[in-house]
Amino acid sequence: MTDGADILSVAGITKSYGSGDNAQRVLKGIDLTLQSGDLVALQGRSGSGKSTFLSILGTLMRPSSGTHTMLGADLLGISERDVTEFRNRHIGFVFQFHHLLPDFTALENVVFPAAVGVGRETAAARRRAGDLLARVGLSDRADYRATALSGGQKQRVAIARALMNTPELVLADEPTGNLDRESADRVMELLGEINREDGTTFLISTHDEKIADVCARQIHLDDGRMVRDAPNGIKG
Amino acid sequence: MLYQFKIAFRYLTSSLVQTGLLVLGVAVGVFVFVFMSALIGGLAVYLIDQTVGDISHVTVSAPEQVPAKLYSPSEGALIYTQSSTGRQTQLRNSAEVLATLRQLPGLVSASPEIVGNGFVRRGAVVNPVSIIGVEPANVSAIANVRSRLVSGTDSLPIGSVLIGKKLSEDLGIAVGQGLRVRSDRGVDLTLTVAGIFAFGLDALDERTAYVNLKTARGLFEIRHGITRIETRITSLWDAPAFARAAADATGLKAVAWTESNAQLLSGLDAQARSGTIIKAFALITIVIGVASALLLSTYRRRPEIGIMRAMGASRGFVVMVFVSQGALIGLGGGLLGAALGFAALSPFPPPDQITSGSLPIDVNQGGFGLAIALTLAGAIIASILPARAAAKVDPVTVISQ
Repeated sequence: MTDGADILSVAGITKSYGSGDNAQRVLKGIDLTLQSGDLVALQGRSGSGKSTFLSILGTLMRPSSGTHTMLGADLLGISERDVTEFRNRHIGFVFQFHHLLPDFTALENVVFPAAVGVGRETAAARRRAGDLLARVGLSDRADYRATALSGGQKQRVAIARALMNTPELVLADEPTGNLDRESADRVMELLGEINREDGTTFLISTHDEKIADVCARQIHLDDGRMVRDAPNGIKG
Repeated sequence: MLYQFKIAFRYLTSSLVQTGLLVLGVAVGVFVFVFMSALIGGLAVYLIDQTVGDISHVTVSAPEQVPAKLYSPSEGALIYTQSSTGRQTQLRNSAEVLATLRQLPGLVSASPEIVGNGFVRRGAVVNPVSIIGVEPANVSAIANVRSRLVSGTDSLPIGSVLIGKKLSEDLGIAVGQGLRVRSDRGVDLTLTVAGIFAFGLDALDERTAYVNLKTARGLFEIRHGITRIETRITSLWDAPAFARAAADATGLKAVAWTESNAQLLSGLDAQARSGTIIKAFALITIVIGVASALLLSTYRRRPEIGIMRAMGASRGFVVMVFVSQGALIGLGGGLLGAALGFAALSPFPPPDQITSGSLPIDVNQGGFGLAIALTLAGAIIASILPARAAAKVDPVTVISQ
């Protein structure tokens, strides 16, 4: 994927919970286009709709209305099975609470997205997982159970896992929200490095201005609407 | 290895105590299944051996003679027919019948016999007996008299008699002493007791006397014929078919042991049904146990299921993970239960060799393969509900919790 090419486009995205008079409108018509190599911060107060928007972009949730295309595929017009397969191949996730599989080692956690895709752990996948762990500085923890790692280490394993299938887009929901300052800086440094070197697109939901400042583009949501979408440094 | 199996195995081994207890619970259910199969099967073997072990499998005799009717009821006559009770029906061509029977597949032995009723007397003691006249070579052809002898011999020369232990005690008589026998034809003979047997059945030990076939001819005034041919065949359960074949081949009446022991078969059938119900309950317990344990596991692992779905695992993948757990539990419990059952039941002697008071366990009828297969199938079925529940987990909901 060439840097700067559109990889994702959503338009008129709305999301409501409930129906009739009791309907709660969380997203009220959001348009967004992401290009390959973007490093974007998604900001907004709690309840502004950031997590819901990320879930929709990650195909974990369907919007109430709108369009959603990625890499030329209409993700609202294909079957759930195809969406699941698409998500496995093209989208990576990093969550606030890492969500590693506790009974698996760091290496096995990283291999997981590839193994799910083909139904088995291949030698090539294990080699790539080893390389990714080395890249996040955890070669020596490959065989440690997830429960034996520190918070920062778990989050770095989660980043390696998100990159396992070489996705075009990584969605990160408060990836540093549960880390101390030092670990948070290290994680952001890592995300920035991967973005620069691999051209992977990142959309990072965060409350942390320092984290947002690392990103080249900043989007603000407020009450379900996008109120700002501008390059870093330009105040809207 | 299929990746879903790896995850299932890892889940099960992550809490060994919990999984161990679950597998042990399944194994106990399988043990009950195996034990009941071996006990019910062994009991059937034991009862049949005790009941049928010393009787004829198929008995061939002449059909009853029905007097011919000379008038038709339509002519207004009242006709009453009565079978002859004066003499027993006889087989006069026993040599040809025997030759025909010996050509039928499955025949082990055949014994031509003259049977009738009579009394034995010693001093003032008089006992009714059933007298069986057999050829000396066939004394043990049907009931194994030789193996049940407590004194004397089973050779049966003319003028000798074999009697049961209880009868000998009632009469106070021993081997070598004379015994007065009077047949229902009114013929009196004094016979020498050649041997005393003990079958453990009153019908034989108290009321049966074996005599030489020629002695029986004199007692019942049958010069040439015989009254029946008793047979033993290779498989007990083929007796009805053998009886049909014998009747077709000889034109005579052939009665299988199953016909004359219908109550025993009915009892065995009821016993087998009871065993089936107990085994079914054991399987139901296994299914409920596995289902509840996996449902609990599903609930406990909701966040992990959510993350798997987010990483691109399909609903089918999640279903497979939990069904695989059910299969592994069923297989493990089935194998363990069957192994425990085999180890516990193997020391028991075969039902036909047990002593009084022992359990008639037939380890060969434990149904080990069936128990494992049914447990595996039951555990897989039990896992479907939890697996479907797991597949419905909404990743967004559980990840945000």
